[in-house]
Amino acid sequence: MATVTVNGKEVEIGASERLNCIQAASKVGVEIPAYCWHPALSVVASCRMCLVEVGDKKPDGTVAMQPKLVPGCQTPAKDGTVIISDSQKVKDARKATLEYLLLNHPLDCPTCDQAGECYLQDYSFNYGRGYSRLNEPKNIKPDKTYIGDQITLFTDRCIMCTRCVRFTREVSGSSELQVVSRGSHEEIDIFPGHPVNNPLAGNVVDLCPVGALCSKDFLYQQRVWWLKSQSSVCPGCSTGCSITVDQNEERVYRLHPRTNEKAQGHFMCDEGRFGWKYTHSDQRLTSPEVRTNGHVTSSDFDSVLASVRTALKKAAQGKGKVAAVLSPWMTVEEAYLLADFLKSLSGQVTLAMGPVRIEGKDDQFPKDVKGNVVEPVKFTIRAEKAPNRAGVEAVLSHFAGDVMPFEELLRLSSTGQFSAVYLVGGDPEGWISEIQAEAFSKIETVIVQDILSSPVLKHATHVLPSGTFVEREGVFVNHNGLAQLIRRSVRGPDGTRPDGRLLWELAERSGLIQTDTLRSEIAAAIPALAVISNAELKVNGVLLDETVVAV
Amino acid sequence: MAKFEPVLFARINKPDSTSLKTYMADGGYARIKEILSMAPVDVINVVKDAGLRGRGGAGFPCGLKWTFLPKDHPGPIYLCINADESEPGTFNNRILMEKDPHQLIEGIMIACHAIKSNNAYLYLRYEYGRSYRTLDAAIKECYAAGLLGKNIKGTGFNLDIVLHRGAGAYICGEETGLIESLEGKRAWPRIKPPFPAIEGLFRKPTIVNNVETLCCVTQILYRGKEWFQSIGVPPDPNNPRDPGSYGPKLYCVSGHVNKPCCVELPLGVTARELIEEHAGGVWKGRKAKAVVPGGISMGFFSEKEFDTKLDFAGPGKVGCLGLGTAAVVVIDDQTSMVDVLFNCCRFMSHESCGQCTPCREGTAWMTKILTRIRTGQGRLEDLDLLMEVAGSMGIIPGTTICGLSDGAAWPVKNAISKFRGDFEEYISSKRATVTSAQKLMEAH
Repeated sequence: MATVTVNGKEVEIGASERLNCIQAASKVGVEIPAYCWHPALSVVASCRMCLVEVGDKKPDGTVAMQPKLVPGCQTPAKDGTVIISDSQKVKDARKATLEYLLLNHPLDCPTCDQAGECYLQDYSFNYGRGYSRLNEPKNIKPDKTYIGDQITLFTDRCIMCTRCVRFTREVSGSSELQVVSRGSHEEIDIFPGHPVNNPLAGNVVDLCPVGALCSKDFLYQQRVWWLKSQSSVCPGCSTGCSITVDQNEERVYRLHPRTNEKAQGHFMCDEGRFGWKYTHSDQRLTSPEVRTNGHVTSSDFDSVLASVRTALKKAAQGKGKVAAVLSPWMTVEEAYLLADFLKSLSGQVTLAMGPVRIEGKDDQFPKDVKGNVVEPVKFTIRAEKAPNRAGVEAVLSHFAGDVMPFEELLRLSSTGQFSAVYLVGGDPEGWISEIQAEAFSKIETVIVQDILSSPVLKHATHVLPSGTFVEREGVFVNHNGLAQLIRRSVRGPDGTRPDGRLLWELAERSGLIQTDTLRSEIAAAIPALAVISNAELKVNGVLLDETVVAV
Repeated sequence: MAKFEPVLFARINKPDSTSLKTYMADGGYARIKEILSMAPVDVINVVKDAGLRGRGGAGFPCGLKWTFLPKDHPGPIYLCINADESEPGTFNNRILMEKDPHQLIEGIMIACHAIKSNNAYLYLRYEYGRSYRTLDAAIKECYAAGLLGKNIKGTGFNLDIVLHRGAGAYICGEETGLIESLEGKRAWPRIKPPFPAIEGLFRKPTIVNNVETLCCVTQILYRGKEWFQSIGVPPDPNNPRDPGSYGPKLYCVSGHVNKPCCVELPLGVTARELIEEHAGGVWKGRKAKAVVPGGISMGFFSEKEFDTKLDFAGPGKVGCLGLGTAAVVVIDDQTSMVDVLFNCCRFMSHESCGQCTPCREGTAWMTKILTRIRTGQGRLEDLDLLMEVAGSMGIIPGTTICGLSDGAAWPVKNAISKFRGDFEEYISSKRATVTSAQKLMEAH
């Protein structure tokens, strides 16, 4: 164990932990401000905001301080390191650095997207001086509205921390961004004709500590202080990036990554970042229906659910069999509720896995100029475009013994042995083709629970409009067996119900759905999912198998 | 004192001084086989014991620097020769390279042997076209004569010298900036540690030496450390950390003098001697008001400090940053210090690499303030502001990565503290020396 003293307070750091002074100080709750340093990027120590006094405690108890200020990001915290971040010397240096950073900054906070979550604002408030002593005109640098399809650059707001440049060099490997010119005329720019359009491009907006790099998608949409944030999980692929969903008045405005070393690290891909738009699509299914001979005979939830229940019970007691397709877009709770309900109707029920969309190969980063992956891999966009295959499989294995693939169910359906099928969709990119849907054309009762229209809808006798990932709560299990919680951020449109509530009511369970209680029930029932009732689930998630190393 | 006989410059005025034939006729390469057969550590010890300090500006002991290399490193180890002479007023390396390239090449061979390097990169300032052609020809001659390449003179020592023309800037003269530039990157100085001796060029151990330093190495190996220590200033007995200032030094004298020159003299001459005895006095019969002791980033001597010894310790005693490159620039009494300082600041803000915030913004800010003062809109409190800005930037308070910021701040600190009267008079008289046309140009 190593002992580090921060402003007189001692803190133990683990022997294997390689921390710098900023990280060591944060262990005792001391913030050392920094712009250019980011835990996932290389150290350049150029913003000079994190300057601290550092010394060494000798075995005899005396402390030898270094005469100069040193950057906290560059200085490792070792046994006996003494860090002082509240001395007058440090405060003066911070004040001077902030004054320098604001010299040519336009101070256009009222029209800046970053205002409210801007490190220049925060640090100026905490550590800066209240006024500028610049009497001369500021440098004016032209805005670059096209840096990438999704990114715009307000050049004059930039503080040259070069986080974005390092990101494109070290994480995406695409190296589009660079510094051009010199001295106070320096600018971030792209090489003409090579915009920042790599699949991880959106991260540079999050990395930018000021309002220089902005997302065109979010630009001028909301003041950030109106946004309410909810931590969740991106459903775009089986990586299951930890994210934060920002919404205001039942409308999602943006997703951004939430640091979680157990899941993906610090970043997320653009596919996930901008892939939530279907939530507010006007193509959403918004009316529950019972269809008899092609005519809608009922369209309020309670009567539709009652009709579904009756039809299923009838089928279960009759000659034909009941089958259900559980989508990999369902949460563990939802899959459990449906499987549990159907099993309670009949032991003969057939449970199958919904189609798991695979697109190409896993896309790994960083890449070199020729597109070859460079080790160590820092980010992976997975080919498996479903958030919860592992979780649903665990439920299916528990109830059905093994996992029947979707194709097998299609084959069985076309033989006509089912009299009722319960199909759950949820994949916004579509999950069933016209030809596949034909397998269900002859079945008496076809119940479709989905968010968007699909070819199977024309054979449906019952339609249950459900919720997207921002409207539901539950557990997704990623490729690595990491169970994470998605949380409800917004209310779905009228005429839809979150899947959990819908299935809870279908199963005629009493009261309102309580996912916490439900998780305890699942944990008790399914040994493979025993850990999902742990409190840690709500923070960074729990690994189903702790022996698996996070990737 | 007897007239000093130049050593580094001994051959520069001879006819055909650049050719291998005349260099060998003057005794060059005569003992190279013997030197290359010495144990590397012995060569290092000779240089270390001679007390040779780097001539590039910082004055770091050369032999000591060589010992920082990791022991028993499997290689490769690189030597970079810093010929990016870009400090204003400095032109000694240029003369060495243009007039006596083989003295430098021999120095490179000895240094590479000492540090067990087989690759030397000579980073040459782009503007030095003639130096490039001379060195290129000299290196080719050496390859033809078997003095470079494989198994030099049968000693089993291999050496290749790569002549690299920088397309760089002032900052490429900073050793890690030079390394970055040599690697083909933007010349942004690296954070230290690791120091180049541990991880430098291509992430291998690297030594960066100045041209003049390596020429001195040649002379030390030929003439012995006793000869070297007979020249210059011995260490101050009252200062145990002073390694002394031994050896000859090339002083470049320029500015308002009758005869700008580059002279070789023992370390420790005074600025007054240089002006009066070697540069023919101040021009137009005027008096000198200030002297830059070693390139503009070192600050200024005021008139009463002209008798300060120009050795490694001298300028520091009167508030300057150091000896620097020993580029003495003389400023006459008709020149306004405001204009001089503006010129310094403009240069530094143009050359700041823009990596560290204080230097990037501070240099430009100081230039803006001085521009305003020169347009007649100065305020007396601007002087205190300038002093505060200068005080908060640089590697000495610890706010930057490299020394450029110190070099930008020092002339400001010196000029305002030593010539405050000049500034106050200038500002109070609301004098404007900038015409509107100049203002326009500066704005761009």
